[in-house]
Amino acid sequence: MISYFQQHQSQILSWLGWHARLSALPLLFGLILALPLGWLARRYRWAYPPLVGIAGLLYTIPSLALFIVLPGILKTKILDPTNVVVALTIYTVALLVRVVADGLAAVPEDVLQAATAMGYRGFGRLVRVELPIAVPVIGAGLRVAAVSNVSLVSVSALIGVPELGQLFTNGFQLAYQTPILLGIVLSVLLALAFDTAIQLFTRALTPWRRAVRPA
Amino acid sequence: MIRFDSVSKRYPDGTTAVDTLDLTAPAGQITVLVGPSGCGKTTSLRMVNRMIAPTEGRIWLDEKDTGTLKPHELRRQMGYVIQHAGLFPHRTIVDNVATVPYLLGWDRKRARSRALELLERVGLPVHFAKRYPAQLSGGQQQRVGVARALAADPPVMLMDEPFSAVDPVVRAQLQEEFLRLQEELGKTIVFVTHDIDEAIKLGDQVAVMRAGGKLAQLAAPGELLSEPADAFVAGFVGRDRGYRALGFSTVEKLPTHEEQAVQLGSAFGGTDSPDGWQLVVDTDRAPQGWLRAAELAPGSTVTEQHVHRGGTLAEQGGNLRAALDACLSSPTGRGVVVDQDGALLGTVTAAEVLALIEGRADQSSGTVRG
Repeated sequence: MISYFQQHQSQILSWLGWHARLSALPLLFGLILALPLGWLARRYRWAYPPLVGIAGLLYTIPSLALFIVLPGILKTKILDPTNVVVALTIYTVALLVRVVADGLAAVPEDVLQAATAMGYRGFGRLVRVELPIAVPVIGAGLRVAAVSNVSLVSVSALIGVPELGQLFTNGFQLAYQTPILLGIVLSVLLALAFDTAIQLFTRALTPWRRAVRPA
Repeated sequence: MIRFDSVSKRYPDGTTAVDTLDLTAPAGQITVLVGPSGCGKTTSLRMVNRMIAPTEGRIWLDEKDTGTLKPHELRRQMGYVIQHAGLFPHRTIVDNVATVPYLLGWDRKRARSRALELLERVGLPVHFAKRYPAQLSGGQQQRVGVARALAADPPVMLMDEPFSAVDPVVRAQLQEEFLRLQEELGKTIVFVTHDIDEAIKLGDQVAVMRAGGKLAQLAAPGELLSEPADAFVAGFVGRDRGYRALGFSTVEKLPTHEEQAVQLGSAFGGTDSPDGWQLVVDTDRAPQGWLRAAELAPGSTVTEQHVHRGGTLAEQGGNLRAALDACLSSPTGRGVVVDQDGALLGTVTAAEVLALIEGRADQSSGTVRG
């Protein structure tokens, strides 16, 4: 496996780079979209069931189907990585709308009341009080979405997008296990890297959660 | 000053939370809203800073109709303290306290130094500043809540059951400190509680509310106890109110008798007292309790162990409740009276205090007749 990696090093590293980018960008876009949607679902009680319901349904669309259908809708070429980014953004939103809504709902009522009474207006309260308190919940959701993205990206190898999934299709075509194993190992390592990065970032944003009561 | 002018809050489903409330909370005083749950006291409070909008009537802040002000600007002029403090868990104590100054655009340094000053003022050590709310006890969090409400020095404080969620000992302590603080600051305070004892202890005036959001009686605490307006108020102010009302009756001068006292640490020289009890004082002549002559031989040293500490003390110029209690709690029946510095003046008997109470009753019934 190591010698296989050494022989194809530049090719595989390029796939790894693509794989990382194709997983990370949808995570970012998905979060940006899910924040207002999750806020809506939290803010208006009637909006919660449809928003969270539709988001959940989106996740059931098979990814391969989405990779094939999107070029027609977006007027992009079938090999354009944009298709993968858009498809995975949809999945990320699907996962995060509920997470954001529930994270905001977990902010204690007396904290909200105090914030309003101090003179925070809606947006200021959201950004300065509610979101910071929801960070641990949203961070946990992001970790799930990141791992899910890393695994979903590899499917796009079937339509020829250059990423680690190519190792699986190559291995399959050549009936050769080594690239498949290598693909699995690198995917897992990449997922772990994302997971750790998000975890560290969440920790950095929430020093208050580690504060322990002095004895 | 805050003035409720025929204020009502009715909900679309037909329930009335507050019904044509007319009430003035005078500047610099504590107005307590008290009543059973569902009487509209919290709704009334939240209408003051427009957390809830009234459906009818107006609320005036001095000469301004609060309905014409921007809610967030109105709120920044009013400190707000709630039951569980509602501190921001993600901010340090100093940043919690500095919340309103930050919102008002103070620079960071000034806001923080103001916050530190307030922490000291509410009796918290300055090294708490860097901690997070979860690292503080309930009572400490509540002090931070009070400091946060005071941060921008608002003329008005709104307090919604601020001391209800802490244990009785801490509650009594917080109440005492609150009164001391108010003495210094002189804020216009509207204070909500369901606890009539708290209302009577803290209020300059007490508004008793009943279910349906109606004001049942507005009176000074003493008057509330002595002259409840109706059966509901009488029931709500509860038992022992005759005794409690004595707490609002001051006497200029209790008729004291001279009392022999022995100093702690000195040799016991026996007692002249026919009941065999001898008062013990410390070097500042502050009464410590009573010793029973039979329990130690003449000439032996009077120590802490010999002191029976049952009796309470009455301060000269204090109220009749404390005077009567001093008599009733004393093992000798003689109530110990001290001056303002806590030094022994003498003793008084229950019969003498009762005579004062009866004299006072004659006087007041006289005024009614007159």
